[in-house]
Amino acid sequence: MHNSGFSLPEPIQGPPLWLLAELTYKCPLQCPYCSNPLDFAGHGEELTTAEWVTVFKQAREMGAAQLGFSGGEPLVRQDLAALIGEARNLGYYTNLITSGIGLTEKKIAAFKDAGLDHIQISFQASDAEVNNLLAGSQKAFDQKLKMARAVKAHGYPMVLNFVTHRHNIDQIDRIIELCIALEADAVELATCQFYGWAELNRAGLLPSRAQLERAERITNEYRDKLAAEGHHCKLIFVTPDYYEERPKPCMGGWGSLFLSVTPDGTALPCHSARQLPIKFPNVREHSLQHIWYDSFGFNRFRGDDWMPEPCRSCDEKERDFGGCRCQAYLLTGDASQADPVCAKSAHHDVILAAREEAETSTLAIDQLSFRNDRTSRLICKG
Amino acid sequence: MSDNVKTPSLDQTPRLRPGYRFQWEPAQKAHVLLYPEGMVKLNDSASEILKLVDGERKVADIIDTLKARFPAAADIDEDILGFLETAHAQFWIQFT
Repeated sequence: MHNSGFSLPEPIQGPPLWLLAELTYKCPLQCPYCSNPLDFAGHGEELTTAEWVTVFKQAREMGAAQLGFSGGEPLVRQDLAALIGEARNLGYYTNLITSGIGLTEKKIAAFKDAGLDHIQISFQASDAEVNNLLAGSQKAFDQKLKMARAVKAHGYPMVLNFVTHRHNIDQIDRIIELCIALEADAVELATCQFYGWAELNRAGLLPSRAQLERAERITNEYRDKLAAEGHHCKLIFVTPDYYEERPKPCMGGWGSLFLSVTPDGTALPCHSARQLPIKFPNVREHSLQHIWYDSFGFNRFRGDDWMPEPCRSCDEKERDFGGCRCQAYLLTGDASQADPVCAKSAHHDVILAAREEAETSTLAIDQLSFRNDRTSRLICKG
Repeated sequence: MSDNVKTPSLDQTPRLRPGYRFQWEPAQKAHVLLYPEGMVKLNDSASEILKLVDGERKVADIIDTLKARFPAAADIDEDILGFLETAHAQFWIQFT
């Protein structure tokens, strides 16, 4: 502390409320829109059970209440039930975010005993053919249906997640019907966000405006229908920000609520941030307390001192924080730029070009780059 | 799966919807309601009501208990009924 002059008090940074534990990058599926880093195959050793438990304890002491087990496919971790049990004992609300591949009735029951609160299953499409093509697996769809039914039979709340894109968004009515039939408590109809593998495959994934508008209209019709029936199933429609004129308030602000830990212990303010040219701290080297409050990476885009124009003088900067840092970096090469989704951005033409491309793209599913070890290794070397 | 109730009646019994958890969070100095991938921070009155939503007490019991505890609070009946109606509309609670 120094006492020459005075400065305005810094806004007090609250604790992380959400912890995302990306337990592993291993996954039996090969979705071409995976949000894992392109070079996942080149990353370090996974955290041990004991290391994860330490992370859970530290975050819980700081105030985190929601814990997501994710990946990759978290079911690949043989210690998953033990990790769930530890987390639940600490008082977390525990969410398993899975593709359902590798899930069994026995595991569903064991996780329940361990205290798991909720299971989210991701689907790739509403029918076997498209689903299996996208997942890169012939049996994926049947397995998912079976496991979704078992999850409900064991009394869990269940959220179904459909990543939508130009190859499945026209089936949105069938997707919603399927979710209602499976007794989902909520459905995330999440149009691809273009990070990681999805960014690589953007031209083959971004729906056209007409596709998107139709899907949103149908979703709204189903919402009205469900509301009229007093049905509790909640439809969450995530618009791709490529069709917005203002950026999304990404993660509720950088380092504001959300803390993600990758398989090798790298701590990130969002699960995509690893692709930024910033050295993020590792839980093997620092306490979460230090990482959250004091590390360079977590403070890099807090507040608004970092903002150049047009964000700096923008009267909406407190609402959207200039949008997404990862998207700014991916599309402009500079993570501190305004998110090009914003019509005020000097780089907004990139978004306009992508929209135009979506009107005419003819890329088929089998022309996309599938997320697998082989492709990832090639990318690492490249 | 749906229970299409509007205003709760006094002899109904509210309980948290399966998958919802009500707990005290020291870091937030507040009670919260936790549910799949979500969290609501509750104010003091909502917390006092939800403490009594246990799947056993009827709406009438909840009102009586809170009236006895907060004798100075005016119109407490309406506030409790209003909150339960909202909580039901949000699908936080169910009535049996």
